[in-house]
Amino acid sequence: MTSDTLLLGTHKGLLMLDVSGARPALTCEAFAGIPVSHAMLDPRHNTMWACLDHGHWGQKLHRSRDFGQTWEEIPAPKYPLGEEISEGVPATVSYLWLVAPGGADQPDRLYIGTEPGGLFQSDDGGQTFELVEGLWNHPTRKDYWFGGGRDYAGLCSIIVDPRDSQHIIIGISVGGVYESTDGGKSWEPRNEGCTADFLPNPTAVAGQDPHFVVSSPKHPDVLWQQNHCGVFRSTNGGRRWENVSQPGGPVNFGFAIAVDDDAPDTAWVIPAVADECRIAVGGALCVSRTDDGGKTWTAFRDGLPQEQCYDLVFRHALDKQGDRLAFGTTTGNLYLSDDRGESWRCLGSNFPPVSSVRFLPRQ
Amino acid sequence: MPRVKFTSHLQRYFPTLQETTVEGHTVAEVVAVLDERYPGLADYVLDDQGALRKHVNIFIDEDVITDRTTLQDPVSELNRVYIFQALSGG
Repeated sequence: MTSDTLLLGTHKGLLMLDVSGARPALTCEAFAGIPVSHAMLDPRHNTMWACLDHGHWGQKLHRSRDFGQTWEEIPAPKYPLGEEISEGVPATVSYLWLVAPGGADQPDRLYIGTEPGGLFQSDDGGQTFELVEGLWNHPTRKDYWFGGGRDYAGLCSIIVDPRDSQHIIIGISVGGVYESTDGGKSWEPRNEGCTADFLPNPTAVAGQDPHFVVSSPKHPDVLWQQNHCGVFRSTNGGRRWENVSQPGGPVNFGFAIAVDDDAPDTAWVIPAVADECRIAVGGALCVSRTDDGGKTWTAFRDGLPQEQCYDLVFRHALDKQGDRLAFGTTTGNLYLSDDRGESWRCLGSNFPPVSSVRFLPRQ
Repeated sequence: MPRVKFTSHLQRYFPTLQETTVEGHTVAEVVAVLDERYPGLADYVLDDQGALRKHVNIFIDEDVITDRTTLQDPVSELNRVYIFQALSGG
């Protein structure tokens, strides 16, 4: 089953598009001119969430219960008074990276990942949020979490195990992957096998840079991450990672990654050149897919620009539903594939820079 | 009571916002009273720790406040307080 509606968070507002026709039709526009860092629909009660990044007025959280027709502002998470990022540096929310629903058995549980790295949790449907102190107070935080691209560490990935809502995996860029098996009270770093070329000790217990971590929903022990230092895969819930980057490229650096629901050996990435050169490889955009757990990769280019292309795809700007994939770029291009990423059509080239792309579940 | 004026940009989020007078002997007290009158306004002006947001300016008459962390600059009934956004773009 595929969806015909895309929800976009962009640098100039939230957009909802009907992509069933030859040309996309705009069905909702909100927060015009305001950067939307992440937008999603919580399928448990069809509540839509949008994270706003005001240039002047800070980070704001909005909720819609009528599929984006009307929105209400909800108090955004706040770090408790006196909390510090490091000695003398007050902890304040400087970016809302993503909203994620809790488990199916926790209808009022929501999580928010923030810069400077804190995880927030709500148990009242998002009315109020509290800092998950077990993670914030982890002894590795002050030594191993830091900014990369932004000023401070960002909690960009949240995975709640569909078999057990107390089992949570999060990814911090830069900080690493952490696992909790007790609903967030305690956490363990899960970075064995990952490397961090930018650290004096590349195999340190933490300090890795998972740009985005995803799991296969029907095979939750299979995790994939597009890391700053390559693509990594784990088949045991993050206890051991394997570098499955492509020798000679292009699969190495990037931000976005998606994994198949049914086939956990199948994943997609959208490669970029490198840390110091964040553009499409060779001026040509491609989506690379593996069907064998990362042993081999195939680059698909049909329908994607192959010259003078500088597009980068942010970590939350690739989504998959059934055989469909969609992604938006920093250059304002939006692409859709109906054949598992093998061919693409452009849905428009004049969108604002795209932060997040989500297929809405078919109603 | 000091008189407070706002950037018109804030009216997008607080449509009833208008120039007003408030009780208060410090900028912090002025903002607290404003937040009671316009719930949520303080979160637009101040960060989690109560400091003035980086891209927001508060003036007392023609002078930018000096205490951006705890907003203890004194104000009197003769003063005008201006809450403006700093200029930035993108």
